[in-house]
Amino acid sequence: MPLDAAVMERPVEVVMKTQPPLVDVRDLSVKFVSRESTNSAVNGVTFDLQAGEVLCIIGESGSGKSVTMRALMKLLPPNRTKISGHMRVGAHDITRMSESDMRAVRGSQISMIFQEPMTALDPVYTIGDQIAETVMRHEHCSRADAMARALELLQLVRVPSPERRLKAYPHELSGGLRQRAMIAVALSCKPDLLLADEPTTALDATVQIQVLILLRKLQQELGMAMIFVTHDLGVAAQIADKVAVMYAGRIVEYGKVSDVLMHPQHPYTLGMLASTVHGNMRGQEIEAIPGSPPDLRRQIQGCSFTPRCKFAVKDCLAAPPPAVQLENGQYAACIRAGKGALSAAPQA
Amino acid sequence: MILTASATIDQLDERDRGGKRQPMLIADKLKKYFPIRGGVLQRQIGEVKAVDEVSFSVLKGETLGIVGESGCGKSTLARLLMNLIEKDAGELIFDGDPVGGVRGITLRELRRNMQMVFQDSYSSLNPRLPVQDSIAYGPRVHGMDKATAKKLAADLLDKVGLRAAMFGARYPHELSGGQKQRVNIARALALNPRMLILDEAVSALDKSVEAQVLNLLAHLKREFNLTYLFISHDLNVVQYISDRVLVMYLGQVVEIGPVDDIYNAPRHPYSRALLESRLSMDPAERVTEPPISGDPPNPINPPSGCRFRTRCAFAEDVCASRVPALGAVSNKDHFVACHMASAGSGHSKAGLAH
Repeated sequence: MPLDAAVMERPVEVVMKTQPPLVDVRDLSVKFVSRESTNSAVNGVTFDLQAGEVLCIIGESGSGKSVTMRALMKLLPPNRTKISGHMRVGAHDITRMSESDMRAVRGSQISMIFQEPMTALDPVYTIGDQIAETVMRHEHCSRADAMARALELLQLVRVPSPERRLKAYPHELSGGLRQRAMIAVALSCKPDLLLADEPTTALDATVQIQVLILLRKLQQELGMAMIFVTHDLGVAAQIADKVAVMYAGRIVEYGKVSDVLMHPQHPYTLGMLASTVHGNMRGQEIEAIPGSPPDLRRQIQGCSFTPRCKFAVKDCLAAPPPAVQLENGQYAACIRAGKGALSAAPQA
Repeated sequence: MILTASATIDQLDERDRGGKRQPMLIADKLKKYFPIRGGVLQRQIGEVKAVDEVSFSVLKGETLGIVGESGCGKSTLARLLMNLIEKDAGELIFDGDPVGGVRGITLRELRRNMQMVFQDSYSSLNPRLPVQDSIAYGPRVHGMDKATAKKLAADLLDKVGLRAAMFGARYPHELSGGQKQRVNIARALALNPRMLILDEAVSALDKSVEAQVLNLLAHLKREFNLTYLFISHDLNVVQYISDRVLVMYLGQVVEIGPVDDIYNAPRHPYSRALLESRLSMDPAERVTEPPISGDPPNPINPPSGCRFRTRCAFAEDVCASRVPALGAVSNKDHFVACHMASAGSGHSKAGLAH
């Protein structure tokens, strides 16, 4: 596919640096407050995203990747959440938007797809009804027009025999088709930004690859930006332009997908890559990251990865490490970043 | 891995009954159909052929990996082996002794020798028992006195990397996912079993924790002279841990053989598609065309003949009319159920190397 290759290797910076980024998140913090404790789920996340770009946020459970997405979509419970910082998508200042304004944005300019389509789709309405509802809500068209658009969308997401599937209920579809139907709902108003929260994690391997290829094709055809949350480095390698690695509520490393996955600068990224099992490691001990992530209810001194880091030194605990920017646009929040290859360092 | 497997067999194990060459577990033509009831009278209107005539053996000291997609029957198979659900037909032989029946070993004996670890680490622990008591529960049921059982539980907690003094008195909700799974493994080991069935035991864990638990499993296998049946949908993990691999599709075995044979030269088109669906970690190696299209079909009315034919690029008339038998390929340990692999099956590609 020459088209694909051309799009994949497009010089993102050159074409798009002239206009302001589509998504601009500055110093975002999210705290969940309850009577017993305050959980600092996201601690100062900053990133931007150009139109038509794919950013993968990689992290393990509790790293704050899904919370960041939900904050961007204003889906967090307002009475128990304290959000500070600044979020902008297109012309919308998400931080200051009212709920009713936000409702007009959700599903039209920003859409979201989830891990479990069975809970995201309404079980008592047909797939066609659910797509048509979104179209009618945002584009104020007739039901017949909306249904025609729903059929088009099912064709777009490559659902076989789409006429029949329009009238199907979610439980009548297989997992892969359900996920495609949810993608169709999300794309129904041609969003500028698609938020995808682990949409392929629950799928079987042979179906996951189909959905990933589909999402990438649609993203390129429609020219939309996408933020894709995953814990799977292989998924990121398949779909991302840029990658942000999160740990304990912070982005610890950011850069082009090939730079981050092939030349990681942060010890956590390196550890994630080393502990991801692949076949030719048979018979050897896996280089696992020891310990477990910190408790975010407690105040963390210095770099949050220090207790698990094999490169840790005394200075790591002094202050949270600043992001060190490299020439290729990659940055890592580690005091060692940019000072030689990590893999060459002695193992403690 | 072959080396380490034979090394463990050579160790003397006083629990051994059938001898070194006797497989630890033989499953012979296991079958489980779940009835589907409907209508006013709740009459049977169909059945899910969850496990259909599945036969295999698990050798002493090896790790047999079972892979397949959701709905292929791998978890039902695990539950059949543990007798957690009753089989419709077939036979189980544990170290030479048939399970159940007049001359065989009892279910109680089987479960002392064979234990299981489940995917959901939280729901498989009693939320009202401190984890140390959960571990001691099995030995108590099998007649151990309270103090000894408690001591054993503490030792096992240490063995799985949780300090008993610190973690023993905690309840399941006070532990992380990885820690709970370690407790589950400790509990499975409490009866000093010879074989563990690990049903997606690391699938719900984060990658860094998964790596820790896999290291632990490798270490425990050597220390306790264990045999593993490792069920997973993660092909990389199965390749890492297994000596032999069994590929299931819609309730049937489609291919079984040594791990390197299966991963380097898969003979069944489904095994090949499954392996090609693995994601490369290198962004330069992106896949643009899916290896196969569609989802696995519904196991209620599986296709006639070869069940994979509806998604297979090589399907011919013979695939719809006859069920392919599991037959040996070049290597005598490697079996595949595909008409293309058996000469004279009537398939135009039969007998050709591919």
